Amino acid sequence: MSAETLTQTQRDDLRTIAAMIIPESAEYKVPGADDRAIQADILATLGRDTEPVRAALDHLARLAGKPLAELDTAQRDQVAKEFRATGGVPAATLVRVVLQCYYRDDRVLRSLGYELRAPFPKGHTLQQGDWSLLDHVRARGGSLRRAP
Amino acid sequence: MHRDPVDVLIIGAGASGAAVAWSLAETKMHILCLEQGGWMNPADYPSTGRDWEAKFYGDWSTSPNVRGRPEDYPINDDNSPIKVVNFNAVGGSTVMYTAHWPRLHPSDFKVKTLDGVADDWPIDYDALTPFFEENDRMMGVSGLSGDPLSPLTHPPMPPQPLGLSGPLIGKAMNKLGWHWWPSDTTVATMDYEGRARCINLGHCTPACAQGAKASTDITYWPHAIRAGVEIKTHCRVREILTNEHGMASGVVYYDKDGVEQFQPAEVVIIACNGVGTPRLLLNSVSGRFPNGLANSSGLVGKNLMFHPYAQIYGFVQEPTDSNRAPPTCLWSKEFYDTDLSRGFVRGYGIQFGRGAGPVFEAVASEQKGILPWGADHHHVFRRLNGHRLAVSAICEDLPEEHNRVTLDPVLKDSHGIPAPKIDYTISENSRKMMEHGLARGREILEAAGATDICTNSPIPWGGWHLLGTARMGTDPARSVVNEWGRSHDVKNLFIVDGSVFVTSGGVNPTSTIQAIALYVADQMKQRLANLFD
Repeated sequence: MSAETLTQTQRDDLRTIAAMIIPESAEYKVPGADDRAIQADILATLGRDTEPVRAALDHLARLAGKPLAELDTAQRDQVAKEFRATGGVPAATLVRVVLQCYYRDDRVLRSLGYELRAPFPKGHTLQQGDWSLLDHVRARGGSLRRAP
Repeated sequence: MHRDPVDVLIIGAGASGAAVAWSLAETKMHILCLEQGGWMNPADYPSTGRDWEAKFYGDWSTSPNVRGRPEDYPINDDNSPIKVVNFNAVGGSTVMYTAHWPRLHPSDFKVKTLDGVADDWPIDYDALTPFFEENDRMMGVSGLSGDPLSPLTHPPMPPQPLGLSGPLIGKAMNKLGWHWWPSDTTVATMDYEGRARCINLGHCTPACAQGAKASTDITYWPHAIRAGVEIKTHCRVREILTNEHGMASGVVYYDKDGVEQFQPAEVVIIACNGVGTPRLLLNSVSGRFPNGLANSSGLVGKNLMFHPYAQIYGFVQEPTDSNRAPPTCLWSKEFYDTDLSRGFVRGYGIQFGRGAGPVFEAVASEQKGILPWGADHHHVFRRLNGHRLAVSAICEDLPEEHNRVTLDPVLKDSHGIPAPKIDYTISENSRKMMEHGLARGREILEAAGATDICTNSPIPWGGWHLLGTARMGTDPARSVVNEWGRSHDVKNLFIVDGSVFVTSGGVNPTSTIQAIALYVADQMKQRLANLFD
């Protein structure tokens, strides 16, 4: 899916609302969701979510009345609150798309302590845990309900 | 094109179709299975890619309506709070399931006698015992024998490790004095029958790239095919035809090129699940069977049971297994049996969840309003991510005729075949059971020290278990098939999937579905000389 899927105005609003969802953090050394690479990932992988995201951005534009970035902070916050409350499935889809692209970005995953790889083929190691905890269950016992 | 008749035609290559095909193969009859999906390639499974979690919301969604693969058929479930989930391929929904592997309890077969509700099954647990055992060997089950509150099993592999999440749950349950036990699962914990052991990819439900999770494309089907069973993929059956004697004569299907074909057969076995099977029967109308095939009782499609899931989850300070382990590892049967002081009849099993991956956690927590937008997002996410524990009550759904599968008057699949329509409501008894499950789940989570507790009740995309829509029984007026799976009306037509369940129990049903399929196959083999009498 190309960036032309959305108009420039819609892409601007998408970037603005993404930054409101997840801003940059110096503390955790992670970009905001308005980061250029994350935005490019969103636009490149919209796929079947294109229509609901476009509908969500249309709804956002109606609420804002002008480009979201041109509103002052208080106005933007009010619009965002209303967008999330009244946007239904399209708004939820837009937020999910932002989150799913953000939380697969290398910088973000590295900050969270994840290895930068697919689960397969290396997998993960799982510790056995304390099996003696089951002693309580064995001691308590019990029986199956009898069937005639 | 008119083809040579086969001895046995099986429709559907999922959990039950594979089991019945394998069992009947020893008869050396000509057995053909038609499957609307294809063979899956594990190299394409989500966990082979960096975007493994995102695929769960699209091409690998559990919902056929979201997924929309050519192999899927649409389902109108607008009039149901629980949406149907399934998978269509060789292996069926065993490709896409959590591999949790409890059995129905002996008492589940006698609910009328014991509790005065619904109906008793025409068979009992003992009749299925050898087939449970055989199925556990074929599917490759891991677990720990000796659970005092579950039927005795003999898993051929040791249980999954408890990991980080298991002890947190175990301690909480011990504090409350409640039963818990390592789940039997079809996750291989050691190399088994050509399957590699689990390496904790974590993303088990939408297919296992390692092949550690049992799905029938890698368990039953290779054996069945070596024994001579033929399987044709991307063949969608439209209807079953009957002859002048009222016997099934074969099926009309669309082949992989979309060309209509007729396949004659001496015996037809339906294994299409509790939605696909009534859909096919209701689409198979004729002058002799104007209300659908095998439907003289009027019960085809009725008594749909889902198992409403009441899920509650929270976040502990300690790290949990998150996406680094199979999603389930423990169960509890503490509230499984009837105790009328709880305000409802029958009960529920509990399935514990180990956690979730980062994308799922972010999306779910944002939707619940516990993960904020803005500057607080980062530190809240770090508190939630990797700290989730979940408790799900799998509530026994009792049969009610108004819960049903019919044919949608408008919606059709890609071949123009009428799609199923679901009408389903959660009963008052089930609602009370769900509330009880949520309350007990909250106690468990609080005992584990969890905060930020949230619920999904019912889990909306939780219609995994499709049961009861062609129930078995001895009375042709009150059931669709007899006590060994043969249609009362059409004596060479059999049903082996979850449709035949009389009641649902409070556990995941696939183990029992497959045991029934093996049992029906065994009954057929014992009666080959007079199968149609």
